[in-house]
Amino acid sequence: MDLKFIIFSVVKIALAIGVLHAIAAYAVLVERKVSAWIQDRVGPNRVAPPFVKYIPIIGPVLTRWGVFQPLADGLKFMLKEDFTPAGVHKAYFWLAPAIAIIPSLLVIAVIPFGSYMGDQKMVIADLNVGILYTFGIVSLGVYGIVLAGYAANSKFPFFGGIRSSAQMISYEIAMGMSVIPVLLIAGNLNLSTIITWQAQHGWLVIYAPLSFIIFLVSGFAETNRLPFDLPEAETELVGGYHTEYSSMKFALFFLAEYSNMAAAAGMMTTLFFGGWTLPFWGLDQPAHSIGIGVLQIIIFLAKMCALMTVFIWVRWMFPRFRYDQLMDLGWRRFVPLALVNILVTAIVLWAKS
Amino acid sequence: MIVNRKPLTFWERLYLPAIVGGFKVTFRHAWRTLFEGKKVTMEYPEQKWTVPEGYRGAPYLVRDQEGSTKCVSCQLCEFVCPPKAITITPPGPAGRLADRSNAEKMPQEFEINFLRCIYCGLCQEVCPEEAIFLLKDYSITGHSRQELIFNKEKLLSLGGVHAGVQKWKHKAEEAKEQEDFPVKV
Repeated sequence: MDLKFIIFSVVKIALAIGVLHAIAAYAVLVERKVSAWIQDRVGPNRVAPPFVKYIPIIGPVLTRWGVFQPLADGLKFMLKEDFTPAGVHKAYFWLAPAIAIIPSLLVIAVIPFGSYMGDQKMVIADLNVGILYTFGIVSLGVYGIVLAGYAANSKFPFFGGIRSSAQMISYEIAMGMSVIPVLLIAGNLNLSTIITWQAQHGWLVIYAPLSFIIFLVSGFAETNRLPFDLPEAETELVGGYHTEYSSMKFALFFLAEYSNMAAAAGMMTTLFFGGWTLPFWGLDQPAHSIGIGVLQIIIFLAKMCALMTVFIWVRWMFPRFRYDQLMDLGWRRFVPLALVNILVTAIVLWAKS
Repeated sequence: MIVNRKPLTFWERLYLPAIVGGFKVTFRHAWRTLFEGKKVTMEYPEQKWTVPEGYRGAPYLVRDQEGSTKCVSCQLCEFVCPPKAITITPPGPAGRLADRSNAEKMPQEFEINFLRCIYCGLCQEVCPEEAIFLLKDYSITGHSRQELIFNKEKLLSLGGVHAGVQKWKHKAEEAKEQEDFPVKV
């Protein structure tokens, strides 16, 4: 535990969390823009700080694309009244947003977002049980939501919390089992090693497409995104578990949702799309120069953003599942399918060896 | 009525056709909005819709073709106005005369409170002199309550000359026709 390790770890953590928050903020903008386009609208196109209009050409274009909207949104959240309703359980009410956002930030600790910068590995914690750690942390995310639903002491948040607990627990099983074939093929739990394996043999999405589909759909369910956003369900439950929250506390839930999404997209990139590698121009080898290192981080972020766009796109495509349909899909389709997937993969690997 | 629900085929139960269809529809709409400019919304303060004929906008006082006040302060509109938005101060026995020859008087003050006005158009319907019309203004805003109470001058300037209906001109023509009634050959 030397000083250099601590300093570089702190820098990496700060950068990773900063970038994650920026991505979460701009994911909200992308969400609004994409939804607008799909619904034949324009989307946010007004907000700009006063000096922007003096910049020729670029200024109006940036305003039109709503680039400053997340800043305004953030400011709005900070300046809003932080209202605490009368009947809430105060301690839990304060605790819930924090518990909701912490797991989503912890997950990125094991995701390798680049190869090397100098002699520093571009992953905060290169655990050899990377995926198990991820699942352990992700399952904590439900506590924040359940606690929020309970603490609000009102019907609709409570329903949201209950739904969320059932939904997230059932889909975690399918999600966990969908990854096992990946581990069988790659033969390791360490995410960096899985990426190295993919650099040599090709992306795992080709080897285990069914795993990817189950993981993707479970990812929608885990991050409470439509078509599985039953815990929020604006049309049925007012606002679901965060009905009673306002101001920055609400913003934390919001941020947690988008950070979760980013983390899920990052996980998928790592497990199925070769992480920071690209199969040509020698980009599948660990970087020897700073430039290549940065390029590989950009590759990782690009893949992640592409997957997040899929998350966002799907949201504006499908209606919400009914609760029994959700459970049916989770338990009676995905769990057996994932089991068969494991079995078939194991048999094929056994026959090959 | 009983809706006959067909059991889904295996292909449909895979959700795949629905997913592909969803991607197609959403992509088509996003493409049209982005690249073909087929958005359905209007960017309001910069773009404005064309107000259709017969639209009931804000009621304003109008002038006749000679530019004189048409209102004769009969107070029918004040009486009929459902939200009591109109307040007329009549000139009184010693007040100013009307600024046109065929009217006895004109209002000393005429106020419409646009905080109260409901744009019903009863004032226009009831007016015997055709002096008040619902024009096409629909965005009446102000910074204070006082600002939204329009007085006579403001109403007249906003209403302008209404060339469409010229009651007294027509009356005069009618009277002339009456005089000429037994058609002289």
